[in-house]
Amino acid sequence: MKNKIFLFIIILFFIFCFIIFYKGLNNSNIYIPKLNNKKDLPIFIARDFYLETEVNSEKIFLDNNFYILNIWASWCVPCRKEHPILMELSRNKSIKLIGLNYRDNLNNAKKFIDELGNPYSQILIDEEGTLAVEFGAYGVPETFIIDKNKKIIKKFIGPLNQKLLKEIKLFLK
Amino acid sequence: MKIIKLFLIIFILINFSQSKSDVKSEELKNKILKNIRCLICQGQSVYDSESDFALSIKLIVEKKINDGLSEKQIYEFLREKYGEWILYDPELSKNTYILWLLPLLLFLFGGAIVYMNLIIKKK
Amino acid sequence: MANQIGYYSLILGLALSFILSAVSIKDFYNNNQGINQKVLSLSFLQFFFVIISFLSLILSFVNSDFSNETVFNNSHTTKPLFYKISGTWGNHEGSLLLWLLVLTLFIFLFLIKSNEQPKKYRILTLLFQQVIIIGFFLFLLKTSNPFNYLFPIPKEGLGLNPILQDPALAIHPPILYLGYVGSSIIFSASLSAVTQNYVSKEWAQHIKKWILISWIFLTLGIMLGSIWAYYELGWGGFWFWDPVENVSLMPWLTLTALLHCVLVLERRVALTSWIIILSIATFILSMCGTFLVRSGILNSVHTFANDPERGIFILIFLFVLIFLSLGIFFLFHKENNKNLDKIFWLSKEASILINNWFLMYFLSVVLIGTTYPIFLDVISAQKISVGPPFYHKLIVPFLIPFLVFMSLGPKLNWIKSKVENKFSLIIFFIISIFLSFFILRKLTPGVLFNTVLISPAFYLFFITAKDLFIKKFKNLPQSIAHFSFSMLLLSILFNSILSLEIITNIKVGEKYNFDKGQIFFQKLEKNKNSNYNSVIGHFKINNNKGKIIYLKPELRIYNQPVTITSEADIKTTLLADTFLVMNLVKGKEYFNIRYQVKPFMIWIWISVLLLSLGGLMSLLKKKYEK
Repeated sequence: MKNKIFLFIIILFFIFCFIIFYKGLNNSNIYIPKLNNKKDLPIFIARDFYLETEVNSEKIFLDNNFYILNIWASWCVPCRKEHPILMELSRNKSIKLIGLNYRDNLNNAKKFIDELGNPYSQILIDEEGTLAVEFGAYGVPETFIIDKNKKIIKKFIGPLNQKLLKEIKLFLK
Repeated sequence: MKIIKLFLIIFILINFSQSKSDVKSEELKNKILKNIRCLICQGQSVYDSESDFALSIKLIVEKKINDGLSEKQIYEFLREKYGEWILYDPELSKNTYILWLLPLLLFLFGGAIVYMNLIIKKK
Repeated sequence: MANQIGYYSLILGLALSFILSAVSIKDFYNNNQGINQKVLSLSFLQFFFVIISFLSLILSFVNSDFSNETVFNNSHTTKPLFYKISGTWGNHEGSLLLWLLVLTLFIFLFLIKSNEQPKKYRILTLLFQQVIIIGFFLFLLKTSNPFNYLFPIPKEGLGLNPILQDPALAIHPPILYLGYVGSSIIFSASLSAVTQNYVSKEWAQHIKKWILISWIFLTLGIMLGSIWAYYELGWGGFWFWDPVENVSLMPWLTLTALLHCVLVLERRVALTSWIIILSIATFILSMCGTFLVRSGILNSVHTFANDPERGIFILIFLFVLIFLSLGIFFLFHKENNKNLDKIFWLSKEASILINNWFLMYFLSVVLIGTTYPIFLDVISAQKISVGPPFYHKLIVPFLIPFLVFMSLGPKLNWIKSKVENKFSLIIFFIISIFLSFFILRKLTPGVLFNTVLISPAFYLFFITAKDLFIKKFKNLPQSIAHFSFSMLLLSILFNSILSLEIITNIKVGEKYNFDKGQIFFQKLEKNKNSNYNSVIGHFKINNNKGKIIYLKPELRIYNQPVTITSEADIKTTLLADTFLVMNLVKGKEYFNIRYQVKPFMIWIWISVLLLSLGGLMSLLKKKYEK
């Protein structure tokens, strides 16, 4: 009798393990940091891309607007692909695009902008990559939407595409 | 002469203590970096990686140490930005009670079984 | 051509499994003495077909026959012949074929080497083994056929990942699989022994050989993997508590426990249930490891191409084996008399029980640490990482009593004993404490904890060393194994305490001074090889004692697939390894270098070799200690 209960418990345990492993198989093993709830904007000081002066983060996000912060670099191949989408976004007057140039060579970055156009109303330099960390980014490109209350409400990892563009536009309405 | 000696000693002492605190913060930095997972590499710590992400994290940890943040505060900062995943040393919390305590419970349980199977008699 | 031969040999091999099972079941009910010769020939034939299949895969790799998908994915014409051959098992499909090869080889060897065992026991072992073999055949043919045909035939292959092109890694999988598969024999044999109620002293003597064989290969296999990580991954560590490493460590722990328990069973019928459970657990853990690694469920440095279909197949197969063994265990196993099973507290048996207790604890730490993130993710969608600090915190403190027991245990006699030579045991203990205290006080700041940790390791070291020299080789294999284990721990501990590491950025022609010497980056040299171009840095390192070392780390730019790897340059001496690796920094003219002095590195490998030598000697030993 005692043995039977024991056996029963063991079988239940293994069935439980089976279910967990089975479900675990369908989960991706690649980790993507999620944005679970709204986050405050980090406070930082950055250098401006063209003026090379220092700017305070509070002065960057001053207007009562939606902001989109895009992290990019000239060496990043997907950034090239997403650039036309950013150009399209920049035509929307109700938002402002801020670029964060991530661990880049300044000359290469300028060439990149000259070649493909400048969608950003302001570009900040993040030579060391530490500002990107403040935003919780871990690669390029990444895009953040910041609402009028100066909260980060959405983040996109990887290049934007037409589908995500629609999603962003929905968000802004 | 005595004054010079005294100055020398003070000078050395100051130097010494300075270099010592440098060494300490360097050690602390390495310790922290070894406990942070590099998110874009597979199964590698930030300390062992030279990827862009790892280099940025190295700089930011150094900055935070210089700002006077403690080890815990730095972990807290990174956890807030990237989630629990980034830390190799999971803290004891409701998510990890089983992780930390189950092996210890099993150890006690095993000890009990071993004890029950032994004949302990004193002569 | 080779493709078809390989594929059809596999099908024939599978068909033989069924024929073999049918013939042996018939033979099982036959009253003849000994197994029918037919069974032996069929088993050999099966092995023969698998080896034909394996050889034809090697042939495809050697000829760079890109009509074969596996070859196309993992090889390239410019690769050196050695790596073309080792590429055969450097990938998922080929490595499974190797598994199968070893499975069929081992069961054939088992059959011809077990003549003096009962016939029914041998046949049942064969049948259980055929269940595993059929599982692997189906897995191979259904989800990972190594002989998929490609048309049109590509001109060039995709190449083998450069970090896998390494001599240690070329022989690592075969050795490791010998260990894993050896455990499958133990699994089948123990299930068969349970059904036949044959768990006895004779059985222990016979199965001990197989335990030793797989233990030796598993030990060596783990070491080779570790050597590979040390030389190739390029950050100077040798054990990262990465899931893939943990997965190989788990069966090693149960196998070590089993090895000790079988010593008890050789002398008296005790611990039978426990031995069966360990035998089953070892193979189940090997299979569980295969599942965790091949399904891609875990995030690890060593990734195989993952495919959910494969994962599901192994998962189902794994649980079929688990429930099969559970069923057999509960149906057939008869516990022997409780009182006979009891063990006097001061005896060798008791110390072996304690050894098992600790080993099982270490196993539970590794097992829970490795799988917990999967459970948490599925249940609460939270992702956490469990890394080295977790394992260190839970394992290191427990090593201290473990080592003390390990030093004292072999001193005791079987059944019942008294403590002899109390005086020398205590003296040795005091010496060890003082010795480690004085060594550490000179070297490091964290004296107290390290003393507590290192003195038991020294204790084991001295006691086993004394046994080796004084006890006139009474039980040489055991002494050697325990001695080398203490050496292993001492080298690991001193290695981690005394390592020196410098990470800095440096340009050609620059010098970097640190408190114990100077690094001088003399020049950069460019080279062309058949399958990669390389940039070699010439470094001169002076240390304060006036010693000069030249190191030449290398950056390799492989063409197929295009990958940049850093090859560390390592100078090994008996006292320490000096390790230098350089990395490219994007967009900068300087290089990032990592210079390390790692004391006693070579002793880690030597002690593991010695440890397996202890196992080998025990395997070859004819007479057993009475």
